Amino acid sequence: MANLPANRDSKVNHAQKSKGAPNHIKRKPPLFLSWLQLRKERARLLVAIAGISFADVLMFLQMGFRGALFSSAVEFHHSLNGEIVMLSSRYRSLISLDRFTERRLYQAAGVTGVESVSPIYLNFMQWRNPDNKEIWDIFVIGIQPDDQVMNLPDVQANHQQLREPDTALFNSGSRAEFGPIADWFHAREVISTEVNQRQIEVRGLFQLSPTFGINAYLITSDLNFLRMARFRQGGLIDVGVIKLQPNADVGIVLAALQSRLPNDVKVMTKADYAKAEVAFWNASTPVGYTFDLGVVIAFIVGAVIVYQILYSDVTDHLPEYATLKAIGFRDRYLLAVVFQESLILAALGFIPGTAIALGLYQITHVATLLPMAMNAGRVVFVFVLTTLMCSVAASMAVRKLQQADPADIF
Amino acid sequence: MTYTISSLSSTDLSTSDNAIAILNLNHYYGHGSLRKQVLTDINLQIQRGEIVLLTGPSGSGKTTLLTLIGGLRSVQSGSLKILGDELLNANREQLTLTRRRIGYIFQAHNLLNFLTVYQNVEMALEIQHVSALEANTRITDILTAVGLAERLHYYPEALSGGQKQRVAIARALVSQPQIILADEPTAALDKKSGRDVVEILEKLAKEQGCTILIVTHDNRILDLADRIITMEDGHLVDS
Repeated sequence: MANLPANRDSKVNHAQKSKGAPNHIKRKPPLFLSWLQLRKERARLLVAIAGISFADVLMFLQMGFRGALFSSAVEFHHSLNGEIVMLSSRYRSLISLDRFTERRLYQAAGVTGVESVSPIYLNFMQWRNPDNKEIWDIFVIGIQPDDQVMNLPDVQANHQQLREPDTALFNSGSRAEFGPIADWFHAREVISTEVNQRQIEVRGLFQLSPTFGINAYLITSDLNFLRMARFRQGGLIDVGVIKLQPNADVGIVLAALQSRLPNDVKVMTKADYAKAEVAFWNASTPVGYTFDLGVVIAFIVGAVIVYQILYSDVTDHLPEYATLKAIGFRDRYLLAVVFQESLILAALGFIPGTAIALGLYQITHVATLLPMAMNAGRVVFVFVLTTLMCSVAASMAVRKLQQADPADIF
Repeated sequence: MTYTISSLSSTDLSTSDNAIAILNLNHYYGHGSLRKQVLTDINLQIQRGEIVLLTGPSGSGKTTLLTLIGGLRSVQSGSLKILGDELLNANREQLTLTRRRIGYIFQAHNLLNFLTVYQNVEMALEIQHVSALEANTRITDILTAVGLAERLHYYPEALSGGQKQRVAIARALVSQPQIILADEPTAALDKKSGRDVVEILEKLAKEQGCTILIVTHDNRILDLADRIITMEDGHLVDS
């Protein structure tokens, strides 16, 4: 029974040509059954592609929002010009601040390896839109104008302007609700408005993306900050930036600081500071969870759509599949056909899904100024999810194959 | 012709000149009190190259016998040898390999509607070892022989019933099986095309020297048979 190919009793001449080794060199290429089957039902194929694209777009958008949330949330952190950050022990996030005395920061200045320290004041204040006079909360950053504490080109170019009383730099990436400040500035108009009911003048622009918690930033000097925020006490700061000497080891200095300072403050590397901000958004707000859930929902929606398509495809072809079993095809051939169909659908749905997602990223960026950026890792990840989604659907749909019984078709 | 040694041992003509050899075959459907005997003590030998018609009233067990011979159902008791291979206690893989040596023609032609005429016939060669060149020769030859040379790239939906059945015959014959099993191949056809189809089948099968077993009610084709056997109520009846 095992030697069937050579065991054909035949009086037809060309049958003899099929015997022997040369057959294996130019074997007939297999029929691409899965694709032929998908191609025949154009409407069903298009529905499947549309469904998978839809799921992919949803996944990309959820991940895009999540990524934009986290990358925008830490733009401030990464802009700090220093290796180590000092915070109150009760500080949680830029939107959950706590103050500490700047004496702690000057204590740190005495530690070996520290080159300089810079205090930063932070507070939401009331910004009056100079165009329509509406009041909006703006996040104000108070720095010492002599320090190069913000690694933003426009701030470094203009920080001397902040020596003058009641001056500030405005974030050109702010939302439109705050007024057409950037346009006016480029038109060289004098921009004067109120912050906490104190008249100030915008002397320059800089670029930070709005976040889910902060719609606009203003940078000013520490003195101006305290003039605007009369309720704030000088010497009680929110963030201390510690810059190290070029040859200093971050780990050693950090350990020295931790052992020297009392526990009303905490020190951490800039990278850990950014990580803590992301962790806050992820764990202490519903935002991270919401987007993760969105991805899961999109995955399930996509899997259900693909399952429906494959299930009805298998159901429609049961008599044909039973015929194939009857004429000697193994079950695994049919399994392979269904799984191939699912992977073809995954690939065909992924391409338009990715293209649409890129367009929506751009539209979302224009509308919200959130930094919606595609990256290769996310493209690969969504492709893997799509493949997985289609395979899960296929593995459920193939159960229907068992009903293809060759004994039923005679 | 190059036979391998092991293939000689399994189909040695001197030990078995029968394509189909059935001894004391019984078959039941259902279990327990619902158990019903559908085949009783069947004994039947069909020689290589024979054309046999199997007739009998509906429900007499013809189709059950055909599915057992075709390896589409497991044999419960007795002995059933196809081309020398015992199907009693054969596992799924052995049944699958047996099926590959048999050509099937169904009442409903069961063509794959998403494949062309050519591709439908090509499917039967997917599980055979043939070169690309030979596959093309065989498919074209067999479709020419059934009169469909002009319709190679049509889809089944564009064919008449008789044409579809001829594609099914081409699909059954292209792998050059030693046994052809046909279930009511003319039932869905008019008199002329029904007769044509069976004549083509007979002619091609004769050329390939293969055994044919046809289940039919069709009196118009009885004269084409070497032998006619009749079933009644699960028994073979001498005729």
